[in-house]
Order: sequence, then C-alpha cells, then structure tokens
Amino acid sequence: MAREIQVNGQVHSIDLPDNVPLLWVLRDEIGLTGTKFGCGVAACGACTVHIDGEAVRSCQVPLGDVSGEITTIESLGKPDNLSILQQAWVDHQVAQCGYCQSGQIMQAAALLSEVPNPTDQQIDDAMQGNLCRCGTYPRIRAAIHEAAAKMSG
Amino acid sequence: MSKLGKIARRTFLFGTVAIVGGVAFGAYKVNQDYPNPFEGDPDKITLNPFLFVDQTGITLIAPRAEMGQGTHTTWAALIAEELDVDLDQVNVIHGPAAKAYYNSALMEAALPFLDYKVKGFQHGMRSFVGDISKLLGTQMTGGSTAMKDGFDRMREIGASARETFKQAAAERWGLKRSELVTARGVVTAPDGSSLSYEELAEEAARIDPPRVELRPRSEWRLLGKTQPRVDMLGKATGTAEFGADVRLDGMKFATVRMNPRRTGMKQYDATAAQTMPGIEKIVDLGDGIAVIASNTWLAMQAANAVEIEWEKAEYADTDVQFAQLKATFADEPNATPRDEGDVEQDFDGTLVQAEYNVPALAHATMEPMNATALYTADSLTVWSGNQAPGSVQSACANVVGLDPANVEVITPYLGGGFGRRAETDFSVLAAKVAKAMPGFPVKTTWSREEDMRHDKYRPPALARFKGVVKDGQAVMLDGQLASQTVLPIPGPNRENVTGSFDQPYGIPNYRMRGYLADLGLPVGFWRSVGASSNGFVFESFIDEMAHAAGRDPLEFRLELIRREHEPSAKLLETVREMSGWTGQTPEGIGRGVAFTYSFGTPVAEAIEVQDTGSGIKITNCWIAVDPGIALDPGNIEAQMVGGAIYGLSAAAYGEITFADGEVEQFNFPDYDALRMHTAPRFEVRILENNRYMGGIGEPGTPPAAPALANALFDLTGIRARELPLMKTFDLLI
Repeated sequence: MAREIQVNGQVHSIDLPDNVPLLWVLRDEIGLTGTKFGCGVAACGACTVHIDGEAVRSCQVPLGDVSGEITTIESLGKPDNLSILQQAWVDHQVAQCGYCQSGQIMQAAALLSEVPNPTDQQIDDAMQGNLCRCGTYPRIRAAIHEAAAKMSG
Repeated sequence: MSKLGKIARRTFLFGTVAIVGGVAFGAYKVNQDYPNPFEGDPDKITLNPFLFVDQTGITLIAPRAEMGQGTHTTWAALIAEELDVDLDQVNVIHGPAAKAYYNSALMEAALPFLDYKVKGFQHGMRSFVGDISKLLGTQMTGGSTAMKDGFDRMREIGASARETFKQAAAERWGLKRSELVTARGVVTAPDGSSLSYEELAEEAARIDPPRVELRPRSEWRLLGKTQPRVDMLGKATGTAEFGADVRLDGMKFATVRMNPRRTGMKQYDATAAQTMPGIEKIVDLGDGIAVIASNTWLAMQAANAVEIEWEKAEYADTDVQFAQLKATFADEPNATPRDEGDVEQDFDGTLVQAEYNVPALAHATMEPMNATALYTADSLTVWSGNQAPGSVQSACANVVGLDPANVEVITPYLGGGFGRRAETDFSVLAAKVAKAMPGFPVKTTWSREEDMRHDKYRPPALARFKGVVKDGQAVMLDGQLASQTVLPIPGPNRENVTGSFDQPYGIPNYRMRGYLADLGLPVGFWRSVGASSNGFVFESFIDEMAHAAGRDPLEFRLELIRREHEPSAKLLETVREMSGWTGQTPEGIGRGVAFTYSFGTPVAEAIEVQDTGSGIKITNCWIAVDPGIALDPGNIEAQMVGGAIYGLSAAAYGEITFADGEVEQFNFPDYDALRMHTAPRFEVRILENNRYMGGIGEPGTPPAAPALANALFDLTGIRARELPLMKTFDLLI
C-alpha cells in the first residue's frame, strides 16, 4: 500500500514496506542524495534531516512512523541562493571530503533555530553526534558562530 | 627485441643501477607523450590532456582524487595561474583513467636518500625516477605527492596553452603574440579588442603549443594565497556527487556480504532472503554473496538473512599476531636503513629501554565503500570514488573478462579516502555484481559493518628501543621495528621503517632496523602509512630519553635536531613560542611535544591535556609545518588540523582486533573518533624554509599520537607503550 510523505514541500507517494528507514526512501526512492548513509545505527549523523523542524537521524525513522514535514539539505538553500548558515560554511571553507557536511549543516540549522546564539558548550552538546573523519570541527564551530551573529544581526 | 631482452631491460630500469642504464631508454620514452584521452572527441576542443573547451566553457582536468585534501583546487590553481583564468570561471573534473595522468612524484620516495638531506643532484635524480613512474603510467593519488608532481608540469601546461590562445588571436588579428595580453580567459589587443579562449579554441587546437618560461613567484596571482575550494558550494548544499550518489536510469541497488575471514564459503542458504520484499537476485560470489534489490536497505536486510557457513581464516588472531611479530626480532633484519656511529660499543651513561605495540587500524571513511557498474557483453562502465583509476580499470576488466580498453572508469567525489580508496576491491565487487545483471546499472553499497570488517588495515606493529643518555645528551639510539609491510617488494624494505630512520636527529650512534613478518593480514595504506605507527613509537622513545636525561623534552629535541636540519629546528621553536612552552604545567594540565619528518614535510606538534574530573580532555594543539612552498595556506591549515585529528582519533580510541579470524569491531560505537566536544582547539603556523616542496595530506598525522601520549605522561607520570590510549587513561569520550 502506497504511503504519502511530504518532503521539502512536495508530497511523494511511496510504495515500500513500512520498516524501510526514511534515509533509504529519500535516497533510493525519491532520489534526494544530499542526505547521506554513514552507519545505519545513529552513530554518525550523516543522515540528519528535519521533521517539523527537529533534527532527526533518518536512518532510524521507519517509513511507517513518518508524520510531519520533512526537510532535507536540498531545500535549505541552493548553490545560487544559499542560506545564511550555508554561506557561513562557504566563507569558512568548512568541508574537506564533504560527505558528512549535509548532516552537520542540518544539525547546526536545528540548533540555531532553537538557540539563536549558542555558546561553545551548546555547540558541543548539539553537534557531538555528528562525526567528521576529516576533522573539520574547528571550522564547523566557527561557521556556526558566524551564522548565529549574522542571523541575529 | 626478444621477450627476454625486454624483461631484462625492464628489470634493469627498476633496479638501483637502472639510474645510469635507463637514461637513454627513459629519455626516449619519456619525451613521447601519452595519448590525450580527449583527442578526437567532436564535442570537445582540447589543447592537452589537462584542458578542454566545450559548450560549457573551460574544463581543467585534475586527475588526482579529491577525497577532501583540496587537491582539485590547488591542482586547478597551478594550471589557472599561468593560463590566466580564475577558478570561478572553470569547471574542474577528475577526468578518465588515462596514462597521460601518471604521477611522477610517487616513486621518488623509493630512493635511498634521507629526504631532509637531499642535495641538488639527488633532487634531479628524483625527477628521473618520476619519469619511471611515467613509464608505468601510474595514476595514483597517494603519498602526499600531488603538488610535488603537478607543480612544474601543470604550470607549464597552463603557460603553453595561454601562449597558444595568444598565437591564435595574433594570427587572426595580424599582430605579434608579444603585443597581446591575457586575463580571465580573454586575449586583448593593444587597441582594446578582445577574444575569449572559447572563441579561439578551434584555431588554437591547430597550433603547435609554444614552450614558455614560467612566471616567478613574485608574479603569482593565485598560488601562495588561500583559494576558495572549487568543491565547496556543492559540498555545502548536498549537490556534490559522491560515488554513493550516482543515479542512473533503471539502476538497481545491491549490497554484499563477504567472508569476514577472507576465504571462501562452504555453503549458503538464501531461501528466506529470496522471498523478502524488493529482492531481485542473489548472486554467489564464491567468497560471499550479493543481493540485488530495488532499495539498498532491502538488499542489506536480505543479505543479513542469508545463512552462510564460512571457511576458516588463513591468518592468526591478534594476540598470536603480536607473538609472530616478536619472533621476527630473532631473525636477521630485513633492512638497516640507518646505521651511524657504533651502537654496539660500550657506553657510559643511563640505559633506557622500552617496547611498544600499536594495533591494526581501519580507515573508516565517512562514505562506506561502494561503486556502481554497468556491464554489457562488450563493455563495462564503473562509477567509483577511487584513488587509482588505472588500477580500477585493469582490475575490473580482468574480473569481467574484457579488455581494459573497453572499461570506462568515472570518478565522482570520494567521501574520504585516507588510503582506503587506493584499493580496487570495492570496484571489482561492483563489476562482478553488475555482470550478474547485464544491461542494468547496479550500485553496490557496503553496510558500515561490512566496510569496517573488510578493510585493508594499517598493520599492527611492534617496536623495541635501546638508548643511552649521558650528561643530558642522547649518545645512542638503537631501534627495531617489526610489522607486515603494505608494500611487498623484494630486498630491503624502507616502508615499514619510515618515520624512524629518516628523522633529523643528530644522535652520534643511531641505528634503525626493520623486521618483516608475513602475518597474512589484509593490510593497506593508511594516512601516513609506516610513519603513523613509527612516528608514535619513535617520538615516544625520544621523550623517554629526554626524561631519563633530566631534560625538557622540547629543548632535548631542539638541540639534537638543530645539528641536522635547521628548518626542522625552527618548527620546534615555533611551537614553543605558539604554546608559550615553559616546561612547567599547573596541576591538572599536561603538555607534550612531538616531531616527525614525513612525505618531505617536517611537522612539530604540541598538545595540552586537562583532567576535567570526568575524563581527560585534549584541550589544545599547536602545529608548525614547513612544506617548502605553501601553495594554498588555508588548505594546508585544514590538512594539518584534519591530519592531526585523524591521528589523535586513532591514538585515543582506534583499534582493530581479530578473533576467530574475524574483525571484532563492527561500527562507529566500537571504533570511535574525535568529535566536536573531544577535539582540541588548534593553531597552525606555516613556515617556508625547507628547500623542496613536501606533501601536506599526510604529514600532520604522525606527530599527533606521540604528542598526545607525551602530554598524558606529563599529566599522569604514566608512560603508555600501547595504543589506543583509552586502554591506559580515562579519556573523555
């Protein structure tokens, strides 16, 4: 039985078993590949998306449990129309291999919507579930601080 | 020439004596350029293998794998500098597998010189060995070689293309080439009329490119300055295409479950898996199975539901591996690449002795191994984020039974490499799986568990050191290192001793010996390779000697290094200044320092740790690096920080162990790394005193582990002689 989910403002009819994680619906069914597979056990954060504005690990959300509006990296901003947060990412030249960055940015976006001007401790708390093997943490921190300043200014 | 003659000539070329005998042959062959892979493509106008112009504009080919180290941006900047285009005007791609993209710097490391002592004539010899690499057509990204390799060649490519465009414009306008100027991809005449490179491309392609002098550094516009990365916009918006993101019409999604003991299958039963939703086909791969499905997750579920009885492993478990390593110390050494003075004489002074062991390590790239392949009866296309497209091409051709000429390799971005993607296994598996479904593109994605348990690991290693200190001075250092090599070559092997024998320490009696054990483990290149483990054991022991001598560990090193290599000494002075090093730390704070010269680049790192009461936190890391010429300071800073975090992650938490032939770590909870809250604050300074250009992707890694262990000793008085450090210390996690 097909199930309807709303992703980035569009309704998609999905014909997959209820236990398929949202991550694999997004990537293999809808073709939104900005959200990444890293571990499958909520240990790396690469698959982070928003459901009704809250950051969730899409590898842990079965299709059958999805309710609410899903937002992925693709709708946060476009290459020719970046969000303030993404612009800060570019300004600080954060990414190296870049594979974890969609998840980092989605996690940071959720943090900033909840805590507009986070302290280092709040950044530590919010971002520690997002692994980066290239070690871009210092630039991620700097980009979050700058985006916070720009959003509040 | 007879076949035997050819073989003899080839052997001659690669042996040590080849340097003399190979010149004539080498020079002939080397002057012949490899064919341009874009030649004859009606849609592309091409001047050389690194540049083409088509309807989308100017495309530069950076045939080194972009795995995060910024190589695309700096490689493109080398061409753009002389071509007179800006990076925002050009498209940068990996390009195909082609011999024209050989890596001339990769084989330099095989030469028997101490890198920090390289003289002018030896430097010339290094470029000769680079020519041998051209003969092999090696298109490998590794060894931190991309910029050494591309520095002159790519600027020459850019300069000669620029002059070709000018020549085309000069002919059209009836002017002299010397009267014209270029900027931002446009040729301008004295009267102000102008033509873009795109408009001139067709005429330019018919002109024999002139050779021109390279511009001096004082005239550089891009090089030497931080450039915005060409891949940043895509990576900040989720639009950059990684191997995992390749999507093709009609594509199937597959996964594999291979023997974790690296042998075959006794039997398997896929009855239950076959009937699971979305499953299209289960493929017997001999040493494992593949499941082809409509969705990757459904494929993984079914793969886990297949009942498989595996064959036994042909290697031993971890504790036996270390016993095997230890046993090699009773043998003759495989290599003694440094033996200065006489370490066997009787010494007056304090004897220091220590043994260390370091574990196997996984690469754990963020993007699990994957590749996509489309097989038809007479061709194969492979989309694979890989570090060696030439090897991928031939290995995949071999496994599906095609000529390499009929195999196309397309390289999207790599979600981390660190050496893992220099292997061909994941591409070969994808090709095998695709062959089971001809005519359909099939993407084969490994689960994280499959990725971690089927890596080619950094080999475990054992070290034994003796040293003598007297009157605050090191008078003798004698080290033995045992491991399985990742580079099996006949004869003495320097690879598994690197990072220890080649350090600029002026110790009058200094010997390093290497011992090889064939453990039979699946091993591979792990960021900084031998220097990763050897940097730890060597710099830990230097620290032990400093403390035994009653000296400040930074001053002790500085005095020894100053005797050998002034640019390296300056790095220690720099971290001393950056960190405000006094040799004293307050209660609850520890500091350590380490230094490693690897891949042509010396790096000093100082680390501070703090006992927070709820675990020891790494608070600060100061890094001083000398790459000779800093082509992109911002990227070098990023690589130093990233390299150090990679080294610290392994030092703190990383360990791969084998039990019953299977790796015991499955996923990140068993093999964690530094995260936002556990990573220190960094400060990096770049110096440019070293005589030749070194690499930047790897040299930040080796000093990180010993600097941390030395800091923990300073904090606790406990010397860790095994890794990971969380076994010995209560580290913050």
